Amino acid sequence: MTTVFGIPVVVILGQLTLGLVNGAFYAMLSLGLAVIFGLMGVVNFAHGAFYALGAFAALVALQHFGIGYWPGLLVAPLCVGILGVILERLFLRHVYRLEPLYGLLLTFGLALMIEGGLQQVFGASGQSYPVPESLQGALNLRFMILPKYRAWVILASLSVCFGTWFLIERTRLGATLRAATENAPLLQAFGVNVPLLVAATYGGGVALAAFAGVLAAPVILVTPQMGASLVTVVFAVVVIGGMGSILGAIVSGLALGVVEGATKVIYPEASNIVVFVIMALVLILRPAGLFGRE
Amino acid sequence: MTKNNLNRALGLGLAGILAAQGAHAVGKDIVIGDLDDLSGNYADVMGQGGIEAIRMAIADFGGTVLGRPITVLSADHQNKPDVGASKFREWADQNGLSVLMGGSNTGVNIAMAKVAADKKVPLFVVGAGGSSLTNEDCTAYTVHYAYDTTALANGTAAAVVKAGGKSWFYLTADYAFGTQLQAAASKVVEANGGKNLGAVRVPLAAADFSSFLLQAQGSGATVLGLANAGGDFSNSLKAANEFGITQTMKPAALLAFISNIHSLGLQTAQGLTLTTAWYWDLNPETRAFGKRFFDKMKAEPTMDHAGVYSATLTWLNAVKTAGTTDADKVMAQLHKAKISDLFTKNGYIRADGVMVHDMYVMQVKTPQESKYPWDYYKIVRVMPGEEAYGPITGLCPLAPKSTL
Repeated sequence: MTTVFGIPVVVILGQLTLGLVNGAFYAMLSLGLAVIFGLMGVVNFAHGAFYALGAFAALVALQHFGIGYWPGLLVAPLCVGILGVILERLFLRHVYRLEPLYGLLLTFGLALMIEGGLQQVFGASGQSYPVPESLQGALNLRFMILPKYRAWVILASLSVCFGTWFLIERTRLGATLRAATENAPLLQAFGVNVPLLVAATYGGGVALAAFAGVLAAPVILVTPQMGASLVTVVFAVVVIGGMGSILGAIVSGLALGVVEGATKVIYPEASNIVVFVIMALVLILRPAGLFGRE
Repeated sequence: MTKNNLNRALGLGLAGILAAQGAHAVGKDIVIGDLDDLSGNYADVMGQGGIEAIRMAIADFGGTVLGRPITVLSADHQNKPDVGASKFREWADQNGLSVLMGGSNTGVNIAMAKVAADKKVPLFVVGAGGSSLTNEDCTAYTVHYAYDTTALANGTAAAVVKAGGKSWFYLTADYAFGTQLQAAASKVVEANGGKNLGAVRVPLAAADFSSFLLQAQGSGATVLGLANAGGDFSNSLKAANEFGITQTMKPAALLAFISNIHSLGLQTAQGLTLTTAWYWDLNPETRAFGKRFFDKMKAEPTMDHAGVYSATLTWLNAVKTAGTTDADKVMAQLHKAKISDLFTKNGYIRADGVMVHDMYVMQVKTPQESKYPWDYYKIVRVMPGEEAYGPITGLCPLAPKSTL
């Protein structure tokens, strides 16, 4: 058997594939954060809570309304997105002109309230969401057995990530959005409804988190805390990619998932800090992040 | 004045002072504290349900002891040792705390045990499992009440090895509890003629367990020892099913609560061997407690819920018999007491602080075997308390090594 550093190649390939699955989640979550920060300048600490909320929305849709996985993949992010728009109109819009710290505190408070509320209703130990029937079973990739559902996660995440990137960087709507970040009063003078645009951006960003939550639901237990541990890593990913850089968030999300996967084989104990070590290195060597503009 | 009259006067005066002291004491509530994870990963294991169970015990006891009403203080230790220890200290200094019920998390309970010794307030560890609490970290005021890592390993590991699961690989939570659990299980596996092929130490609350599981599968072991708890346990078992690892390896839960099995569902958890101190569906008495608890909490009680109920009763009984809340006298009474209630029929507290009682080795039912809601376990065997908790190790300076 071929080995690299004494580890069989098949094992490495398997772990890298799994790393890509985790990277897909990092990419989707950091993408939402990057969109919100890039266009609104708000560090959205509630992102992990919206991720959990998405998973619970899908769970409730399934258990109480008989809405299955596939429609749930649309319905849950939509509901969470609308909630995001409402929260933006009610609270968040008041902090744009203040220091960034206020937005951070506000979203942190929102996160605590959402997670506390979920815990009140659903309890702390969580619930299981079944894998949809069409995606049960596994693929034999020769070097590993990959459950079909995990393969779908990679596919879905890549499509959504690059779809979002295309929307913002290559379409007229995206151009308008970017114009709003450059000079909002001027854009408003042209007759564009900027507050609506900003609210929709926040809604879209948190809908991405909710989408990731629904994707994660069949893989891990749906608990109120499911986003809390993930979101710290995702913030590191955003910093590494460069705050607000959309492509940076996607690429570094996937890449860090793979790096983490490799660490799990070489030195498992370090797998939860490797991302932060890289973050520290990036901050020293390239403070604006790998894809950020200096 | 005759000598006789003088004596009488002195006696009356003394009686007056005593009466005044008594009156002073009557007005003061007896305070039972509860420090637990009320908002995090382990909040369903004991949490709010634990506080409810303490209240149920107080109500069943009659609401008062030594003629004084009983109040309950509770707070969230947030799984932080410093928070648990400082809250405990505050209650002992300012609120007249008489006893503390310790919830989940071994690390927090180790910190609180130091306060118990310092402030001379008994600590009943109910939610935490680390057996160091009655060994290296033991104190004269600690009672380890519901279960510990030694009993879990003696139950699950021995049962699985005897059923043919000879070679083990562990998925270990990378903190005090996980490593203590793995060490205890490894010892039992070897003692029963099994082999330990290795372990992977997984950071606490990892987002994904699949890569660690593939490493376990690569080891060629036939048993997957899950030396973790709460969400980590559930997520690792879920992933093991998804990757088909449960077809080649038999999972063994070194700590699983009924709340975990409920959230996983029987489809995923079926066939799992685990050890528990208590199960709601053992006999009419446990079922009655289960029903009362269910009416309030909308879930069947875990072994910790029944444990903290019993711990509260045990302490109240000791206070009643000793006629005081003085910690040393109550502890002396506790070490003499026989414990018999719905939690255990033959419990007693050993010199090192372990409450020795029978444990149940259980197997999780298949969905077909389960006939009604929360019908999850079948009993593999009842393990006598002495076998479960083993001999006194001698690591606790308060208790000489026993050769039992």
